[in-house]
Amino acid sequence: MSASLAAPLPRERRALALLPLGLLVLAGAMLAGVLLGPARISAAGLFATLADALGLAPLPAEHARDAAVLGVVRAPRVLMAALIGAGLGAAGAAMQGLFRNPLADPGLIGVSAGAALAAVAAIVLGGSLFGAAAGLVGLWLLPLAAFAGGLLATLLMARLGTVGGVASVATLLLAGVAVNALAGALTGVLVFMADDRQVRDITFWTLGSLAGARWAQLPVVLALVGVPLLLLCALARPLNALLLGEAEAFHLGVRVEAVKRLAVVLAAVAVAAGVAFTGLIGFVGLVVPHLVRLGFGADHRLVLPGAALLGGALLVLADLAARSLAAPAELPVGVVTALLGAPFFLWLLRRRGAGA
Amino acid sequence: MIAAEGATFRAGRRALLADVSLALAPGEVVAVVGPNGAGKSTLLRLMAGEAAPAAGRVACEGRALAAWHPLALARRRAVVSQHVALAFPMRAADVAGLGRLPWHGTPEAARDAAAVERALAAAGVAHLAGRAYATLSGGERQRVQIARALAQLDGAPRPAALLLDEPTASLDARHAAALLALVRRLAAGGLAVMVVLHDLNEAAFVADRIAVLAEGRLVACDAPGRVLTAPVLEGVYGIGFRVEQGGILPRYAECC
Repeated sequence: MSASLAAPLPRERRALALLPLGLLVLAGAMLAGVLLGPARISAAGLFATLADALGLAPLPAEHARDAAVLGVVRAPRVLMAALIGAGLGAAGAAMQGLFRNPLADPGLIGVSAGAALAAVAAIVLGGSLFGAAAGLVGLWLLPLAAFAGGLLATLLMARLGTVGGVASVATLLLAGVAVNALAGALTGVLVFMADDRQVRDITFWTLGSLAGARWAQLPVVLALVGVPLLLLCALARPLNALLLGEAEAFHLGVRVEAVKRLAVVLAAVAVAAGVAFTGLIGFVGLVVPHLVRLGFGADHRLVLPGAALLGGALLVLADLAARSLAAPAELPVGVVTALLGAPFFLWLLRRRGAGA
Repeated sequence: MIAAEGATFRAGRRALLADVSLALAPGEVVAVVGPNGAGKSTLLRLMAGEAAPAAGRVACEGRALAAWHPLALARRRAVVSQHVALAFPMRAADVAGLGRLPWHGTPEAARDAAAVERALAAAGVAHLAGRAYATLSGGERQRVQIARALAQLDGAPRPAALLLDEPTASLDARHAAALLALVRRLAAGGLAVMVVLHDLNEAAFVADRIAVLAEGRLVACDAPGRVLTAPVLEGVYGIGFRVEQGGILPRYAECC
């Protein structure tokens, strides 16, 4: 690693390559995600479908099935995975920078636990609250509840972690641990109350899945992930200053408290929007920023957009694996990301232990 | 430049600093010395604008530090803390480059690369530019941080101030001497410098004035020859001192 750091010029050239390279990786992953899976789709089928969608040429009959699979299932699913993965990656990078901790992940700020609690409450109590309308409300009730729960938990954590107007990173982390524990305990109470079918729903929700992706959800996710993503990228310079420490960041002219609050809220919105529609997907936010840092260094101007692009690509591929490996059944995508992420996490721990 | 007037700072009910007045002037090095817990670092934090005094005031160019926008202040004064550990691996040149952050979006930003190069050279670490910061020795890291501060003040409207917290603490004698010589050169170039030091001989060498703190109070602030006398030092540190032409020596044997 020191060998790559010792060469200043290639690093600058690599920095210029980040955006095109990241876009290429994401585009490649999305192409694979659209074409591959239990039902293979040929490139000809994709082009015919695109031509039809753009009104260039009518759809030939032999590609009707391809068009149906692409339009109804694959396209929204792959786009959703790319967006949510991007949000998780960038939020993870921002939280690691903010907490100055390579093992930080968006779950630390309580957003996942809060979303899980609210989602489980919606699953268990939703039916009895809304009765016959539950089916209708259910399509949006669960995402709404999860989104609100994730945000509320983060705001609670930020509130508890702020003493005398100063949100110290250590206090924030401990407040996050407490909020996570509390939300976990309340979730446990709800699981205890749930019937068998609900327990099964809860289990699959907490393992995450992109199978429910619909076109109607995409504009919502695009806005709720895209806007925080762009704003987080605009925080790259203050986050760079925070690499030195909070006092040092202030010496460099950063309004540290404002940056902290903004970064936490933006990360929470981006993560909660994803969790709301797919359930819990772990390890993307933890692992992806490190992969970008290994190749391009710690500069957040590169890490944030890089983690967004790579996070999108990784989740698209993880989802492809989730629906291919056990076809015609589907693995929960959270299981796939954890299978990839947990060994990496351990490697990271060992590497840190070795003093690297 | 930056001046404290009757500054008092409390932690809980305990006064860490009481009624301290100290002014930094361009071209002058002020060394702050005193026993552990005397309030040296607290005074540095107040002068940096990190904390506001409970009573009295700390001002830069006549305007209270709290009234300055952090960015505007960052273009007038730089601070080098005692230990700076990075959250993630970076090259030395990139660490120094962080000093240019306050100039982002100004015409000065066009000179970022040149400013960093100059700063690394002035701090004597140009040869370390491509090295990973984590692989540097304590002394090398300290000088990279000073380069970062110099990059920050490159192009700053004058007068500008540099605040250093025990910059020689982790340096051997040769590197400490080189660093103090650099501090003198920076002052000669027009910077107002405040440096917290433990070593009285280093203070005697580098300072135009020495401020002596004890239990949060400013005991003396004058030219080294007038401050570094056996009666003043014995009163502050509570042990004997032998002050000679060549230097200052605590009477270690008497303490046992």
